[in-house]
Amino acid sequence: MIENLFPNVDWAKMWEATVETLYMTAMSTVFTFVIGLALGVLLFLSGPGQLWSNKLISTIAGAFVNIFRSIPFIILIILLIPFTKLLLGTIRGPEAALPALIIGAAPFYGRMVLIALQEIDRGVIEAAKSMGAKTSTIIFKVLLPESMPALLSGITVTAIALVGYTAMAGVIGAGGLGTLAFLDGFQRSREDVTLMATILILIVVFIIQFIGDFAVRKLDKR
Amino acid sequence: MIHLKDVNKVFGEGSSSIVAVDGVSFTIAEGEIFGVIGYSGAGKSTLIRLLNGLEMPTSGTITIGGLEISSTRGKKLREARQKVSMIFQHFNLLWSRTVKDNIAFPLEIANISKVERERKVAELIELVGLKGRENAYPSELSGGQKQRVGIARALANDPEVLLCDEATSALDPETTDSILNLLTDINERLGLTIVLITHEMQVIRKICHRVAVMEEGKVVEMGNVLEVFQSPQEPITKRFLSQVTEPAEAKQAMEHIKKEFPSGTLIKLVFVGERTGQPVITSMIRQFTIDVNIVQGNIAQTHDGAYGTLILQLVGEESIIQEAIHYLNEQDVRTEVIGND
Repeated sequence: MIENLFPNVDWAKMWEATVETLYMTAMSTVFTFVIGLALGVLLFLSGPGQLWSNKLISTIAGAFVNIFRSIPFIILIILLIPFTKLLLGTIRGPEAALPALIIGAAPFYGRMVLIALQEIDRGVIEAAKSMGAKTSTIIFKVLLPESMPALLSGITVTAIALVGYTAMAGVIGAGGLGTLAFLDGFQRSREDVTLMATILILIVVFIIQFIGDFAVRKLDKR
Repeated sequence: MIHLKDVNKVFGEGSSSIVAVDGVSFTIAEGEIFGVIGYSGAGKSTLIRLLNGLEMPTSGTITIGGLEISSTRGKKLREARQKVSMIFQHFNLLWSRTVKDNIAFPLEIANISKVERERKVAELIELVGLKGRENAYPSELSGGQKQRVGIARALANDPEVLLCDEATSALDPETTDSILNLLTDINERLGLTIVLITHEMQVIRKICHRVAVMEEGKVVEMGNVLEVFQSPQEPITKRFLSQVTEPAEAKQAMEHIKKEFPSGTLIKLVFVGERTGQPVITSMIRQFTIDVNIVQGNIAQTHDGAYGTLILQLVGEESIIQEAIHYLNEQDVRTEVIGND
């Protein structure tokens, strides 16, 4: 039955592409989470009236985030080709897509982290200070736990954007469902391959959204 | 215990600068409950934040228990803050932690072992009357319960001073009373010095030993609560006092009685301490042939004794009324003629 609906689909290849997409998404999401969190916390703490209030750091970090957030991803990939080659020695394969994915997504997520942290009641930070908390304690025991639902819904949105980015990364031969849909589906006029790849991408997106929503609901005690 | 000397705090620079605290000096004794009253913007929030170094003075010195807070920084200041803890108007609890874990937070900061933390938290939950709510999240608690968590959290590291930043201003009158009772209890049981800021004279009346009145960054009046209640000097102090002694109905009642009895003299009597227990009015009526209407009466308990006011309308011959007033004065009751015909 399925064979009749999708006559041109090579299931082994489709599975391999799905795994590549999942790999790229998962790896880039993890790195984006860590780097974006660091960027967001830095942006927050260096902001006016905050613990590390520093105009220079705030301006530099802000400019970095704004520039990389604004470059269209497809152009960012091309701009980063020399950097990727230097870093990994190749520009092909799922690994080669990671630098561009992370550099494209981390500033975007960093901005969301900043917004999440700004939502925290200043009084709670003041209370922690009044108890004699160090800055590191304030970061790990107040800022991050208190903004966790927003941080998680932010990383969910970012991970979903990253699924889209992995498809675009197909241009530099990253592999995955995007490449498959473009090369095997679109260019050879095999609509069933494109459709199947699309369905699989949608399933991946839905699963990410589901996990994200579930985690946020579980954690939010407000 | 706490000494402030010529403390100034200026925010901003040049023409846009704001003087929040202006030349404040006072001393608070150990075990005392010291209240600072003022309207919003009077500088009392800044003043209380100077006491734990959340704000640093522009000039002047602040010493708590021998340590000069105003020149302490870094690790030493953080350690000092564990002994000068604070509760807040909006409680400022971590919503992501349960009651138990909120109270344990300052103990984690002080690097107390897990076993010891659990023992201490159980003890504090008992003290503030939250048994059975240990595993609730703040969102599941009422305002009064949240403030109890705040108090337990503030007491976790056995502080010497407790700073209360408008701690009851977000609570209803009944809950305010229960929190004030808890604070008095803690003060008596643990010998804790309490500094509180408020805009409610009721709070000062109920628990404070001494009060400072702040206006535009300056302390304009200071003294024992009963003394300040008896003979307020500054207009702002009188305004705050009227919160306690002259409810809005009194004015209406007076207007009403003036219409009812166009003749006569309205006087306000102030009784302090033991005088509140004596039948002065009865003996006055027996001695003088005048009619007495009670317009409004009020007795307020302060920490040091009672403070009462009574507004009377005296009807009769002018000369006898004067004699009656003279008699009251002789009985050590302060009188004030507030309306005549």
